[in-house]
Amino acid sequence: MMDARVKPAHDGSELMQKQSVFHSPLLAFLLLVPQVSIVLIFFYWPALQAVWQSFLLQDAFGLSTSFVWFENYADLLSQPEYFNAIVRTFVFSAAIAGSSLSFALLLAVMADKPIRGAGIYRTLLIWPYAVAPAVAGVLWVFMLHPSLGVLARGLRNMGIDWNPLLNGDHAVILIVLAAAWKQISYNFLFFLAGLQSIPKSVLEAAAIDGARPMRRFWTVTFPLLTPTIFFLIVVNIVYAFFDTFGIIDAMTGGGPAKATETLVYKVYLDGLLGGNLGSSAAQSVMLMIIVIGLTAIQFRYVERKVTY
Amino acid sequence: MVEEQGIRRLVAHLILWIGIAVVAFPVYLAIVASTQEASLIANGQMSLLPGGHFLENYYKTIFVGTSGSTREPVGVMLLNSLIMALTIALGKIAISILSAYAIVYFRFPFRMWIFWMIFMTLMLPVEVRIYPTYKIAADLHLLDSYAGLTLPLIASATATLLFRQFFMTVPDELLEASRIDGAGPLRFFWDTLLPLSRTNMAALFVILFIFGWNQYLWPLLITTRDDMQTIVIGIRKMITTSDALTEWPVVMATAVLAMLPPVAVVILMQKLFVRGLVETEK
Repeated sequence: MMDARVKPAHDGSELMQKQSVFHSPLLAFLLLVPQVSIVLIFFYWPALQAVWQSFLLQDAFGLSTSFVWFENYADLLSQPEYFNAIVRTFVFSAAIAGSSLSFALLLAVMADKPIRGAGIYRTLLIWPYAVAPAVAGVLWVFMLHPSLGVLARGLRNMGIDWNPLLNGDHAVILIVLAAAWKQISYNFLFFLAGLQSIPKSVLEAAAIDGARPMRRFWTVTFPLLTPTIFFLIVVNIVYAFFDTFGIIDAMTGGGPAKATETLVYKVYLDGLLGGNLGSSAAQSVMLMIIVIGLTAIQFRYVERKVTY
Repeated sequence: MVEEQGIRRLVAHLILWIGIAVVAFPVYLAIVASTQEASLIANGQMSLLPGGHFLENYYKTIFVGTSGSTREPVGVMLLNSLIMALTIALGKIAISILSAYAIVYFRFPFRMWIFWMIFMTLMLPVEVRIYPTYKIAADLHLLDSYAGLTLPLIASATATLLFRQFFMTVPDELLEASRIDGAGPLRFFWDTLLPLSRTNMAALFVILFIFGWNQYLWPLLITTRDDMQTIVIGIRKMITTSDALTEWPVVMATAVLAMLPPVAVVILMQKLFVRGLVETEK
């Protein structure tokens, strides 16, 4: 199952060519027109504009613009607010990836055992992938709503003054729970695939050597699973950075007092309020750099995996 | 030893059932809430068992809508979501299979340039170019239109890569055989390549349908009119009014309706879904 994941960069230049091809450039260009025009109009042109605007500064009345090199970036990085958003985004990513990955790994290890009904378990665990992030947010808001939520009632009875509308930490927990919940199914599926690709003979050999199941897991299974774990960590970070937008917007709108304002949500809010075009563009470019970095890491990992 | 194995299996079953309960509980609660009276929920006295207002609540949700913020009935939103999801999924598949065909089976100047240009869009998700893209859509008069909802999302690096990958494995003999039969490039594509790609297209469709249905940020920006809202956007607007006015049974019925199509696709087409997920996520 995992063998299908091969990158274009790895199939070598000799495989990039078909031996037998057509030579009608005009038809080829016509076939490419739809994709290329959308890519140019809606991807590259706006991205270039963001880069260009990030070097410009408008005066207070919007009458004149001047080219200011990296002033917008310097401004941005010197704002404590922006720095806080960076830290917050990383805390979110770590919490979401950590909780979702460990829970999914536990479930996948259990579902990988030769037990009855393994197929049914899989079906019952993978469907949350299809739930929209914003809808997941609404479901969790409802459960943990301070005045009418069923779980909030339980917390009250335990003596916890639960109120994500006022308490920033509670709001963060709320978003991490909803985001991790939605990601369990994805992680579960890839862990299960990873576990199933581990040759049974290796585990049997360890068993014959007298290793107990727990020890077998940590000394044999877990190391063999590291490529999957690494891949999933990157995917989960990307998810926490970008796909949580819907969850945050549905649950907290970035509040209370910016407690749940991640980098992506900040770009959105700052733009919505109008204001500084250059700073907003600089924020977008910073995000682009983060995506490029994460994608590059993901690629390096796949490269390593091929030589394993 | 055998007994120990039995206990281990029991523990595995137990943990899996706990996992399923954790995963299913929020949705169970939504279903239950969508069958109860609004006042009971607003008072924090919601029962954990289904109530008797199923038909009434769903009728109101689909055909009438809330009395407060988003006055459109959810039926309209469902239709918008369906149009958006289908257009995005089918559009992505169509334009990607064409460009993959051009890149793999033709020789022309700048071929690899164009390939990399499509490929690099992976690094430009809509979140990093929100407002410039919005501005272009506005300049092209795409706000509040289905074209605006779908066109900017229809390019696909992953789908193009997937088809390219697949075409590379198609034996050259097929093209030669088709040439001997006197077929040109379009005939070869239509009669040979397209039928061979059916499974790949189906697997992609499942993933892309879910992707399209669950879009949030872009529809949020591009739609201002209530009757253009998708269900995922609509549901969020239902709970922004002050607490006392939120009609929770309607909100929860909307949540259930918003989940139903993509979840059904995953469960009914599980094999294709898993295949699509593993192949597109690389």
